[in-house]
Amino acid sequence: MLRFLARRLALAVPTLILASMIIFALQQLLPGDVATALTGEERDPQVIAFIRQKYHLDAPLPVRYAYWAGGVLRGDLGESIRLQKPVSELIVEKLPVTLELACLAMLVALAIGVPMGVLSAVKRGQAADTIANGVALWGLSVPNFWLGILLILLFSVQLGWLPASGYVSPFESLSDNLAAMVMPAFVLGNAIAAVMMRHTRAAMLGVLGSDYVRTARAKGVSPMRVTLRHALPNAAIPIITLGALEFGQLLSGAVLTEQVFSVPGFGKLMVDAVFNRDFATVQGVVICTAATYIALNLAADLLSAAVNPKLRRA
Amino acid sequence: MSTGTPIAEPAGLAAPAGTPALIQEPGTLAAFWRRLRARKSAVAGLVIVGLLILMAVSAPWIAPYDPTATDWANVRGHPSLAHPFGGDEVGRDVLSRIIFGARASLGAGLVSVALAVSLGLPLGLLAGYAGGWIDGVISRLTDALLAIPFLILAIALAAFLGPSLVNAMIAIGLSATSTFIRLTRAQVRAVAAEEFVEAARAMGNPPWRIARVHILPNIVPAILVQATLTIAAAIIAEASLSFLGLGQQPPEPSWGAMLNTAKNFMDQAPWMAIWPGLSIFLAVLAFNLFGDGLRDALDPRQRT
Repeated sequence: MLRFLARRLALAVPTLILASMIIFALQQLLPGDVATALTGEERDPQVIAFIRQKYHLDAPLPVRYAYWAGGVLRGDLGESIRLQKPVSELIVEKLPVTLELACLAMLVALAIGVPMGVLSAVKRGQAADTIANGVALWGLSVPNFWLGILLILLFSVQLGWLPASGYVSPFESLSDNLAAMVMPAFVLGNAIAAVMMRHTRAAMLGVLGSDYVRTARAKGVSPMRVTLRHALPNAAIPIITLGALEFGQLLSGAVLTEQVFSVPGFGKLMVDAVFNRDFATVQGVVICTAATYIALNLAADLLSAAVNPKLRRA
Repeated sequence: MSTGTPIAEPAGLAAPAGTPALIQEPGTLAAFWRRLRARKSAVAGLVIVGLLILMAVSAPWIAPYDPTATDWANVRGHPSLAHPFGGDEVGRDVLSRIIFGARASLGAGLVSVALAVSLGLPLGLLAGYAGGWIDGVISRLTDALLAIPFLILAIALAAFLGPSLVNAMIAIGLSATSTFIRLTRAQVRAVAAEEFVEAARAMGNPPWRIARVHILPNIVPAILVQATLTIAAAIIAEASLSFLGLGQQPPEPSWGAMLNTAKNFMDQAPWMAIWPGLSIFLAVLAFNLFGDGLRDALDPRQRT
């Protein structure tokens, strides 16, 4: 297991380094002078000179990357010119909001996706399966920012039950916090629910066809018990690991969901930074996302290997 | 990217009950067409895709108004006989903008996926067939690209390239490339291990000929399915970028951009939000239905 861990880490580190190179290289896409572009709206020559010096823009590209990557390793993701704050500080400030949203969304996705997947696998080819597949197709096809707008239209504008936007910290008022988060969490969880349903269905179909399930059935174990006690725990492993990988999708979705509901999280930070041409912040957010994703990937690999020794040879 | 990932079902369970006789002749085009037609949802998807493309191509002739012409009498105008989908914030006809908006959405979907395939297919072929350090370099690069979530990479690329529809297409295409590299590589490795490829090699065929004549035709079905499903994801991505102001620029119509302005007039003009969203949903649904049907009909899992 230790050797497996070492091998996987040895793969994750170069991946992260390469990803950071790609993200760094994005700067090269900026039209015109990089220093001028990086300062965004600011036109003060002093600021431009400061940026040129801070990012060593007169040095060759590999040297600039080395300076930048060194800073990233020390937790220095650069400065947000517009907000006059270190990017790392902004990210630490916004991250908890997005994490709360992501966790709630995952909860929604599991609560909808797993039962639906189990049901459609058990009732394979029957009406329930068709309906569950239809719901999954809806979840995959509906743009989440539109779903958000529709929900606001119904629950905020028409019925007036929920706030259309505005975020309250859970430490201030938990009920207000949840009232503001319920729609974003549902919108974000909706697409993942569809994916979880498909994963669950495929995993359950695999397990339901296996010999030990047939044996359990032959012994006269009730169908309900076969499904929930014999089949589901074994199907749970791929569901959990594939679910961990959906986290990247969750972060992608959070960008738009937070924008629609004005949730002041990670995604809103990125979009605002894009609008303000605050490129250091964009890069900071992207590299944090990539690092999170690689870490989750590693965790998912380790989890499946811990449960299934056969995978450790891979 | 979840929408694009075919979920593997255990072997033998792939064909739904009721169509056993059609699985008998794999490989021929006629048999494939029969299997595809047997799937009502796939046919429905194909028909909707066809109608949307027709709408996009013939937009100048079927749209009742100029999509960028403002009309002060129709500012946030209620749906009426003259304007069935109502008017927007400056009185433009929403129906005409929906019709013309299909060009941005479908165009972005098709162009960006064409870009992703034309970059990803050769790189995947190279990695899978050459192996060794070439494979190592390409695979690590693919891993690194896949570590950045699809839409976040697309937004970042579009932000640095600058906002325009063409840049959005490039950003989405580049973001989707890694999926095609990885898929092609995996398919090539599976096919290259087959006996007929070994036989071709033993007969002294040069590597490029084996890749082109023996491997490529066998991986086309999987690429085709992935491409169709990726078009669906790319349409959502274009709408997302336009919604954020990074795609189609005003006053040119795009469904995503229409939703962005509609958001500010939700309580006064809800129709501004309903129709563009419904159009995106329908287009994405059609490509997903067609892609799913294509996957079942081609059933690449039974070949390997």
